[in-house]
Amino acid sequence: MTRQIVIGMGNPMRHDDGVGPTVARRLSPLVAGRAEVVVLDGEASRLLDAWEGAELAVVVDAVRSGAAPGTVGRVEVGVDPLPHESPASTHGLGLAEAIELGRSLGRLPGQVIVFGVEAVDTEAGAGLSPAVEAAIDDVVDQVLVELALGALAPDGPE
Amino acid sequence: MSDPAPPPAIPDERTLRVEALARVEGEGAMYVRTSGGRVAEVELQIYEPPRFFEAFLRGRSYTEPPDITARICGICPVAYQMSACLAIEDACGVTLDGPLADLRRLLYCGEWIESHVLHIYLLHAPDFLGYPSALALARDQADAVQQGLDLKKTGNDLVDLIGGRAVHPVNVRVGGFYRVPTRRELAPMREALLVARDQAEAMIRWVAGFDIPDFERDYVFVALRDPDRYAVVGGELGSSAGWSAPIAEFDDHVHEEHVARSNALRAHLSDGGPYLVGPLARYSLNSAQLSEGAQAAAADAGLGPTCRNPFQSIVVRSVETLHAIDEALAIIERYDEPDVAAVEVVPRAGVGHGATEAPRGLLYHRYDLDDQGLVLDARIVPPTSQNQAAIEDDLAGFVDRHLDLDDETLTLRCEQAIRNYDPCISCATHFLDLTIEDDDGAGPGATDRRPPGRRGR
Repeated sequence: MTRQIVIGMGNPMRHDDGVGPTVARRLSPLVAGRAEVVVLDGEASRLLDAWEGAELAVVVDAVRSGAAPGTVGRVEVGVDPLPHESPASTHGLGLAEAIELGRSLGRLPGQVIVFGVEAVDTEAGAGLSPAVEAAIDDVVDQVLVELALGALAPDGPE
Repeated sequence: MSDPAPPPAIPDERTLRVEALARVEGEGAMYVRTSGGRVAEVELQIYEPPRFFEAFLRGRSYTEPPDITARICGICPVAYQMSACLAIEDACGVTLDGPLADLRRLLYCGEWIESHVLHIYLLHAPDFLGYPSALALARDQADAVQQGLDLKKTGNDLVDLIGGRAVHPVNVRVGGFYRVPTRRELAPMREALLVARDQAEAMIRWVAGFDIPDFERDYVFVALRDPDRYAVVGGELGSSAGWSAPIAEFDDHVHEEHVARSNALRAHLSDGGPYLVGPLARYSLNSAQLSEGAQAAAADAGLGPTCRNPFQSIVVRSVETLHAIDEALAIIERYDEPDVAAVEVVPRAGVGHGATEAPRGLLYHRYDLDDQGLVLDARIVPPTSQNQAAIEDDLAGFVDRHLDLDDETLTLRCEQAIRNYDPCISCATHFLDLTIEDDDGAGPGATDRRPPGRRGR
């Protein structure tokens, strides 16, 4: 079976930076047995370890790009340009750098899809702002579609 | 006597400014102003959330601070958990020993390995090798970087095994753990650590070969000391100034003050002077207690019994990594599963103090509990705010000696000097904005030196 992983990136104690972990928590029971779901803080090398051997990795992270709060963007690595308006990552290397590092080291999964949710508030504290909260259902649905499409992909290992 | 050389074509008034430092954990900024060929002003501006957490902890149960404070940092959650546990147990009159204390050190070894190795390979090595980023380094030296990531993963795996998961461990509680590993579960870790040992020795040789600036500083070091071991979890406060004190007297020796530019408090010793915590302090006070292998590797790498060059911190971190591996191996070797995963901790009214050596330096917690075990007051003093004054002094000293460098080179060197401290400013959103201003009006004003991908933030 094609190995699939969903990675929710972010720190729930930085308000909207917790959108990735929130989506991961919602998805976990929905995809049990079909895909692995993990929460990471965004540190680059953990990302490379997490998606080791995966055919499809779906990453959900907060972004600050200037779009309207709660806007959901989809980027497929290798197809779309990487969002150098970097996701609001919590550590020394952001998601874009982690992906580039994976590419340099030959450690990218077959397909990497990034959903970025436009954050408003990344100050210290728990809880998402309303616009980001309202985007959660949409992101969960979109990730489910990606996983279903990925499972149908003919080139994945049996 | 011949005429003096003509002065370099460098403006009399200079300002170096890094609005958001790259390759540090969290969010911070640097400001350096020179005037008349001297450093006039240096500021490290840091934005960190521990103070928010202190307020957040009031009214919580005594069982909660380990998990709540672990959220302050994704890189050193174990340090926060351990300092919190020690402080609360101190308030309640409990001390752990035997296998439970060993397991805490084992978990901490995992965090040291992953934190130190992350910093060495991905954050600091690019400075020494002339690369703008870890990415650029990885393109040229993929094998070295991959070896670093493999070594770091052994640290992650150790935290995962003892802590329940690699990020924000969930298995730690006041009094011990929710579940302890069996000897059989630890056995594969031993094999991984033996491999990691070779990788760490290679890492030490690698960093020892870097071109390290000659820059000795006259620091007052402060670190934990323990007669039985290279102190990490608990011990006494020790200083190169000759004093030692129980952790409970931390407040008598260290004072903190607010500085307007930063929401971190700035710490200094009670005599008013700055001090240094972290790898250099630990090494200089306790190097004789490193594992035999780590001491030998340190000597081969050119370190003496003390180290006062902050740019050599990368070598000290790599030596400490080897020590952590050796200590983890020794703990696994002698491990016997304890009868209970946690000792009972009955709350009582009182104040407790706890300190451990986070990868970046001494991390102090104090909790004031009521008789129900509710937190009345909490105080957290992280290593980076303790080092802020020392970092600023380093910057001033370094800039004074290197005014001949152009703005761009000097700014990069200043950033490198800040990264000597692996400053864990916070888990904050982070991006790079680097601007350099020429105060004399002759320059172009603000010069955007940000990498292309980072502009316009």
